[in-house]
Amino acid sequence: MGVNEPFTIEQFYKFLREGKLMAGKCVKCGKIHLPPRPLCDNCYSQEFEWVNVSGKGKLATYTVISIAPQQFQDLTPYAVGIVQLESGLKIPGMIQEVKEEELKIGMPLTLDFGSCSTPQEWPKWPRYCFKP
Amino acid sequence: MNGKPLVSIVSAGMSKFGKHDGLLAREIFSQAASEAFSRCPKLEPKRDVKAMFIGHMGEAYEHQGHTGSAVADWAGLTGIPTTRTEAACGSSGVALRSGIYAVLSGLADVVIVGGVEKMTHRTTAEVTEYLAMASDYPFEQWHGITFPGLFALMATAHMHAFGTTQEHMAQVAVKNHYHGSLNPKAHMQKEITLETVINSRYVAWPLKLYDCSLITDGASCIILAKPELAAKYTDQPVHIVGSGQASDTIGLYERKSFTSLNATKLAAKMAYEMANVAPEQVNLAEVHDCFTFAELMAYEDLGFCKVGESGSFIESGQTRLSGRIPVNTSGGLKAKGHPVGATGTAQAYEIYLQLTGQTGKRQVQDAKVGLTHNVGGSGATAVVHIYRSNS
Repeated sequence: MGVNEPFTIEQFYKFLREGKLMAGKCVKCGKIHLPPRPLCDNCYSQEFEWVNVSGKGKLATYTVISIAPQQFQDLTPYAVGIVQLESGLKIPGMIQEVKEEELKIGMPLTLDFGSCSTPQEWPKWPRYCFKP
Repeated sequence: MNGKPLVSIVSAGMSKFGKHDGLLAREIFSQAASEAFSRCPKLEPKRDVKAMFIGHMGEAYEHQGHTGSAVADWAGLTGIPTTRTEAACGSSGVALRSGIYAVLSGLADVVIVGGVEKMTHRTTAEVTEYLAMASDYPFEQWHGITFPGLFALMATAHMHAFGTTQEHMAQVAVKNHYHGSLNPKAHMQKEITLETVINSRYVAWPLKLYDCSLITDGASCIILAKPELAAKYTDQPVHIVGSGQASDTIGLYERKSFTSLNATKLAAKMAYEMANVAPEQVNLAEVHDCFTFAELMAYEDLGFCKVGESGSFIESGQTRLSGRIPVNTSGGLKAKGHPVGATGTAQAYEIYLQLTGQTGKRQVQDAKVGLTHNVGGSGATAVVHIYRSNS
């Protein structure tokens, strides 16, 4: 990958669409940002490098949404959670292919790129999800 | 500061909370302003009030932004500097704190702070979408995480870590509806049973319909004066002796803990230190029960009970009206209602009435020290104030 990709959320989602989970590592203090950000909140450096992050992790917490905004109503009830990745970084997302009663804090989940759907309207970010 | 008054509340007003069909936000606010002005006959609003700060969350509800000026206009205060503050459900807690900045800066000696929201004319799906705007868009809203969903994520983590149960949460609803039944301005003035809460449908597991605060229309305001001037306007001022505000990451997922709100802890520390008050000295509190679980978490973050023990704390009855530290005597966001922008100063309104002995059936006897706790979003903003009666 080139050196010119900006450390933005837009770019994070572009990588996701290519099947890559990428975080921004601060060159100065070493803090890894997921999602990437253009200014390190720890040392204020603006120099970063891209690092590939494993999409494997454990479910840190979850809920099942029954009342949703219009655009998600067809999916209800759907599970969402925050997954703590092997790197320790945390990321939220929908959980698929797990029965409601089988959801459990600590269960292993993996970010699934194949299930990414990309809507046509702004901001055209792909929607990834987590699966067992 | 060491417990000295920062500002003094010389008057306060609040509209009825509920459904106000056919009224716009500015018109509801004029009811709150009118009450505050008529409670304080020695105050001449046009002459004395030097600035206004108004909490308001959403333009989407009424297709109306620029709320500061719209509300000042309808309160008969056009001409004064007026500022809208927005911190989601913490908008008017921030307005209150901004008013304190204004008075302490010396730029204004009397200010009106308040908030307003008109919500009930929108569908539940629309309100769900508008409220979610207070959370992170690219990772939370985008992946279908709703506002109740964020507090549900915290509740799940708390249940897992400490054995907190859905029954514990339901007890918060039962208590606050009991308190609301004693408040003629509350949206819901009926008691409910534990079974009603437990049997209500899920919104975001483990949170059910009766764990959620209400979609409500309403407005509230407080008039603050420099402490040296309070006696000019009233014999019964209430003094604000501690003020704290703090922030946290906009995304819940970036935080170290999902079982407490760090912004609440930081704001509380700031306010307690300024007021020279310890949590056990607080006689009553209005806390941010946007969901029943949020009240449990607030008990821990504000130091009313130990970390992880909020479940047994609600069970002990200490936060009921007759208990050691009554919490949400107004009915809270749960029963009084939660017109989001109006909530922070509505909490201050309740403490003002309590500390001046004006709450009738829900009066807490001999209360001297009160606390308010207002949260924005999933905890990216928290505001804590500590109040002392004049006696």
